[in-house]
Amino acid sequence: MKKHKCVVCGYVYDPEVGDSSGNIKAGTSFESIHDEWECPICGATKDEFDEEE
Amino acid sequence: MKAVKIKENVYWVGAIDWNVRNFHGYLTQRGTTYNAYLIIDEKVTLIDAVKPNLTNQLIERISDIIDSRKIDIVVSNHTEMDHSGGIPKIMELNPNAELIATANGVKGLNAHYKQNWNFKIVETGSKISIGKHTLQFITTPMVHWPDNMVCYIPEEKILFSNDAFGQHLASSERFDDEYPVDIIMEEARKYYANIVLPYYKPVKKVLDDLKGVDIEIIATSHGIIWRNNVGKIIEEYKKWSSGEVTKKAIIIYDSMWNSTEKMAYALSSAFETKGYFPVICNLQHHHMSDIMTEILSAEYICVGSPTLNNNMMPAVAGFLTYLKGLSPRDRKAVAFGSYGWGGQSIAQIESNLTESGLQVVKSFRAKYIPSDEDLKKITEDLVAIL
Repeated sequence: MKKHKCVVCGYVYDPEVGDSSGNIKAGTSFESIHDEWECPICGATKDEFDEEE
Repeated sequence: MKAVKIKENVYWVGAIDWNVRNFHGYLTQRGTTYNAYLIIDEKVTLIDAVKPNLTNQLIERISDIIDSRKIDIVVSNHTEMDHSGGIPKIMELNPNAELIATANGVKGLNAHYKQNWNFKIVETGSKISIGKHTLQFITTPMVHWPDNMVCYIPEEKILFSNDAFGQHLASSERFDDEYPVDIIMEEARKYYANIVLPYYKPVKKVLDDLKGVDIEIIATSHGIIWRNNVGKIIEEYKKWSSGEVTKKAIIIYDSMWNSTEKMAYALSSAFETKGYFPVICNLQHHHMSDIMTEILSAEYICVGSPTLNNNMMPAVAGFLTYLKGLSPRDRKAVAFGSYGWGGQSIAQIESNLTESGLQVVKSFRAKYIPSDEDLKKITEDLVAIL
């Protein structure tokens, strides 16, 4: 599972950590996060994230 | 020091920073102001504060209207210290005051000042009555930090926009009908290009959110307050955030023995031939924050450096780092430079420009000193693809 970075504010979604503020459990891949989820830092939508190498 | 009346019971109580010329790397030739606003109502409200070292100006101007210990509500639209720096003093004078911010704002204020203040978290749609006036909030994340919000008072049709629509401009005049509007607009352009540029998507969202809002006055946190040109500055923000370009080409370079400089002029000739308006900027003489203002509407960005010890020149590397952070998108780029043997600088510039999201359409290299023939060929080759 790959990390994904918000292109707006630089926040990195790490599937191993999840996003507790958005109720995304640790172990959730970026792809399986629901479409309404927003960046916990700046509120950008999922399509604003780029896969990290 | 005096407060300035904005409307009945609404006052400007900010600070004028006449002498600041370097604002974290941004050249502020005209200084700046940190605008704070005082609303006299059943609950006396202060909107934003000032840079820490100018807190005395804030307190003096508040005291021109009311005892500075009579503040009930403090609104912190943005945590950055040029706006929140005066808050510790205000909270010391008013320990029971309610301090209003977004959730990210509270996190930021805690991280900055580590005080157990009486916080109240607001979000888009939150409304707080302070008597005759209502404070309405719209969060504006990433315009300019994750914590940002704006505050609107419908009874007075004033938008307290914080960094949005601001300008670094020190003046005793407070309104756009009291000061040459071209200068205000130019400083607003520079501010947008150097501060707001990467956040064009959040800016569009904010402009959408403001569509139905009846705004008579935009009370910014820097520079002059808009009341005669409200529509105009909103239109400019729409234009800037859309990434619209004109036939401008900005040629930026550093040079050791004028070879790269000669190439810059050869590129300029090509742009002139094709009806573009080129701008030539030697990084030893042009500040990168002024260059960004030119780049805001430029179709082409050309960056040149000779190779020095297998690298590009440090001024060029610094500029490219700044450019990458501000990421003007969807522009065309040209890399160029002279070299003696290695010639690594040109590929380094190409790679930096590509990483910044620019499309490198052509690169030019010249060994040692480009001859008149070489320069003519550079011009012709560029003309061919423009």
